[in-house]
Amino acid sequence: MDFNYLSTILFLPAAGALVIALIKGNNDKHIKRLAVVFTAIPLALAVYLFIAFDRSAGAAAMQFEEKYLWIAPLNANYHLGVDGLSLPLMLLTTFLGFLAVLISWKVHERPREFFAWLLLMETSIIGVFVSLDLLLFFIMWEIEVIPMYFLISIWGSGRKGYSATKYVIYTLFGSAFMLAGILSVYFTTGSLSMVDIANQGLGMVQTAMPAAAIFWLLFIGFAVKLPMFPLHTWLPDAHTDAPTAVSVMLAGVLIKMGGYGMIRLVSMFPAQAQQYAQWLIILALIGIIYGAAVTLMQTDIKRLIAYSSISHMGYVLLGIFALGEVSLTGAALQMFSHGIITGLLFAMAGLVIHNIEVRDLRKLGGLGRQVPIITAVFVIAGLASLGLPLTSGFAAEFMVFLGSYTSTAVAHLNIYTIVAIIGVVLTAGYILWMLQQAFYGPVKEEFNSVKDADKLEKVYMFVLVAVIILVGVYPAILTDIFKLGISPIVGLIGG
Amino acid sequence: MNLSLFIPEIALAITAVLVILLDLFIRQKYVMRYLSLAGLVVAGVFSFIMWGDNNPAAFNNMLAADNFAVFFKLLFLGIAFLVILASADYESKFANFRSEYYALILLSTTGMMLMSAAADLISLYIALELTSISLYVLVSLLKDKKSTEAALKYLLLGAIASAVLLYGMALVFGATGETQLAAIAQSLQTMTDSTPLGNPALYMGIVLMIAGFGFKIAAVPFQMWVPDVYEGAPTTITAYLSVGSKAAGFAIILRTFFTAFGEPFTISHDWGIIFAVMAVISMIIGNMAAIPQTNIKRMLGYSSIAQAGYLMVGLATFGLAMPATALGESGLLFFLVSYALTNLGAFTAIIIISNKINSDTIADYAGLGRRSPLLALGLTFCMVSLIGIPPAAGFMAKFYIFSQAAQHGLLWLVIIATINSVISAYYYLRVVKVMWFNEAASTEKVPSSAAPGIALALCCIGVLLLGVMPGLLMRLAEIASSIFTF
Repeated sequence: MDFNYLSTILFLPAAGALVIALIKGNNDKHIKRLAVVFTAIPLALAVYLFIAFDRSAGAAAMQFEEKYLWIAPLNANYHLGVDGLSLPLMLLTTFLGFLAVLISWKVHERPREFFAWLLLMETSIIGVFVSLDLLLFFIMWEIEVIPMYFLISIWGSGRKGYSATKYVIYTLFGSAFMLAGILSVYFTTGSLSMVDIANQGLGMVQTAMPAAAIFWLLFIGFAVKLPMFPLHTWLPDAHTDAPTAVSVMLAGVLIKMGGYGMIRLVSMFPAQAQQYAQWLIILALIGIIYGAAVTLMQTDIKRLIAYSSISHMGYVLLGIFALGEVSLTGAALQMFSHGIITGLLFAMAGLVIHNIEVRDLRKLGGLGRQVPIITAVFVIAGLASLGLPLTSGFAAEFMVFLGSYTSTAVAHLNIYTIVAIIGVVLTAGYILWMLQQAFYGPVKEEFNSVKDADKLEKVYMFVLVAVIILVGVYPAILTDIFKLGISPIVGLIGG
Repeated sequence: MNLSLFIPEIALAITAVLVILLDLFIRQKYVMRYLSLAGLVVAGVFSFIMWGDNNPAAFNNMLAADNFAVFFKLLFLGIAFLVILASADYESKFANFRSEYYALILLSTTGMMLMSAAADLISLYIALELTSISLYVLVSLLKDKKSTEAALKYLLLGAIASAVLLYGMALVFGATGETQLAAIAQSLQTMTDSTPLGNPALYMGIVLMIAGFGFKIAAVPFQMWVPDVYEGAPTTITAYLSVGSKAAGFAIILRTFFTAFGEPFTISHDWGIIFAVMAVISMIIGNMAAIPQTNIKRMLGYSSIAQAGYLMVGLATFGLAMPATALGESGLLFFLVSYALTNLGAFTAIIIISNKINSDTIADYAGLGRRSPLLALGLTFCMVSLIGIPPAAGFMAKFYIFSQAAQHGLLWLVIIATINSVISAYYYLRVVKVMWFNEAASTEKVPSSAAPGIALALCCIGVLLLGVMPGLLMRLAEIASSIFTF
């Protein structure tokens, strides 16, 4: 590889953050244009890699690899690469990262710091998806905490200080276990390379720790991020109180780090994953049902969307630990699909809150007349979220259910799947209730002067809608590539 | 007798004397600062030249000039250099004692350098006293109520610690008949397996020595002096104490316990357990007590107790691991360097701030992010490093020291330590929060003269470099600690 595509994609946003932090003058527009440039180029490169990725049968699993010796005494490498699993997630990150800048166009409070932190966060999330060295992976995983802390506490709303601190403590708590797990992996295998560990297995030396203990240490770190019931309580607070663009990034890609980590974990510990799958699936079911039930009770528009994520991430967890090829692909697709749908929902909710200055669903109503465009897009996003056919939400959930129903890796999966499908009914309930409360019903006069979406807002709305429909109509554009990453992992699982 | 091995210490002592003498003739006291800095640079150059010579013993085996000693000498010289840079504005608070201040810093640095070189219980004790007595005086230099109280407390408790240490040494001498560390080790080898165990005097001696050293490194339960002394002392001296004195304590523990008590395994295992337990309680008590603090110097005092706990994870590793495979010490050396840079950076920022706002209360830091963004950014970065979040050096240091502990089956200790890091995030981030999110009482800039700014910049750059490119220092730490492999 002559050109280091991945490093370029990875570090351009960080470079942009640095430029924005150091540039002279306090011209808002200038800063925002810079942010657009520094997120558009990574997006373009990511699209190029998505097209250029070698999908032929004999192609290497990891492509665009870069590997340099980094810390000799620790045997740590600067090792980047993408496979069928991480490439779409990286694409999603650069895509939402770019849109997040557009979504933030109306941020006027301390814009210099805002965009610097936003871009730095993008780098760290991309880093999680492209790192193949466990130490590098962990560093990227941790770096993201600091920008998030600043973004929520300065530009957030409501109990922002509380939410930001809660987020940091939860994440660091999960990372503490993850670090112990990574250290144990390191000393059982002598390697920090995720690829080598997955290929060679843990059969080498089992000195300090049984593999099951390491599995759980790592799992807790990912489960906090996903978030898995009962480790989810940071999510509603952080999502609700974060500024719009940050909610989009949080729901869109940040929590996907957890799901991505779990799939990688399965590839490193297939036997342990199978052993404990049943328990994790039960937790997934609780998450789906409980998450949806709690969502039904919400009256704050952002909080409602935030809680819906808990339920949707339950599908991801179900898909992953059903351990079948279709279910895992479905889980990956669900991550991507949830990223764009919930990203759009948060963007729309942010718009409603910005334009109308009301976030309580009980006080909203009848907006369909006054803001037709916002209403139309909100309805599409909502229907996609509840899994309407021809949207990506349907394709993803259908694959998860189909995959888990037919998977033989875990006992009684068909029963679990049927329980999970109840979640879909509840989802329909809260989504329709939300749409009805906000946009239908009698027209309220006090909202007569409310502005509809402006030009820029239409751009990102329609782009997201287009992607949702594209993936819904032709999911193979993603599933084909996900399968390339997932089939080797499924090959490791017996049964 | 080979005096050339100790040119760095000699150069430093001469500089100290020169500073005191020239004080009589020179009115421009800032000259003393540059003279001291020059002395440190000369000593540093000579120390650097000695890297790799690895002379295990000199002066009848009283002192060693091996790589380990050189590593620490360079560390102490660097610490003193940064502290003196950071003192540039602060020294006006004790305008009458500027020369004494610099001379005493140089003398205590000399003591620390000798501590890292001491290969005999007697030279070790003398070096330790040279360091301590200089520090007692330095703590009292502000001459106000708090400073005097701090100095008196430090003196009294320090004297008790010294007495306990001496008593321990006497018992070890009684049990083995030797004062040289290497000879003590040999004498222990000749005892049968049951004899050291059956000799309570030896054990008593080791425990008392741990207590004496524990005072130096501020480990629980020998930490009582820390918050008051940290708060009352001149801030520059607090910075110096928190890193220099602690690093010297660890240097001396490493050498004593590894050279003298490293074998047989029955002994090293037992003191390894003691350090493991002390590590746990230091981390927990340090972190818990730091949470409610409102004065940043006190907070960092408790934080330094917790950091001593993380460092003792390295000691525990190296006691509990079978000696031939011990690795804990290189992690410890790396951690000490990273901690020194981080803490000095944090204290330098505090010094600059307190020069202006005349307060060490965390609440008064409100709005600093607006008033002086660079200064606030520097302090924020140091706090991030103290928590142990990448890309700061603190993360790599913890990763390195914990990885060695995990490798030797101490995963339980690692989990306790990492969870403690999470707890610590709460109070470190509170400082960050106040600086960036709270509204300022005034919008006046916080000015700083060049020297402290340079010190802060050096620390932050060092912290970042060690966090991103730690390979070189890890290699040096491995070379320095290779003297401990049998």
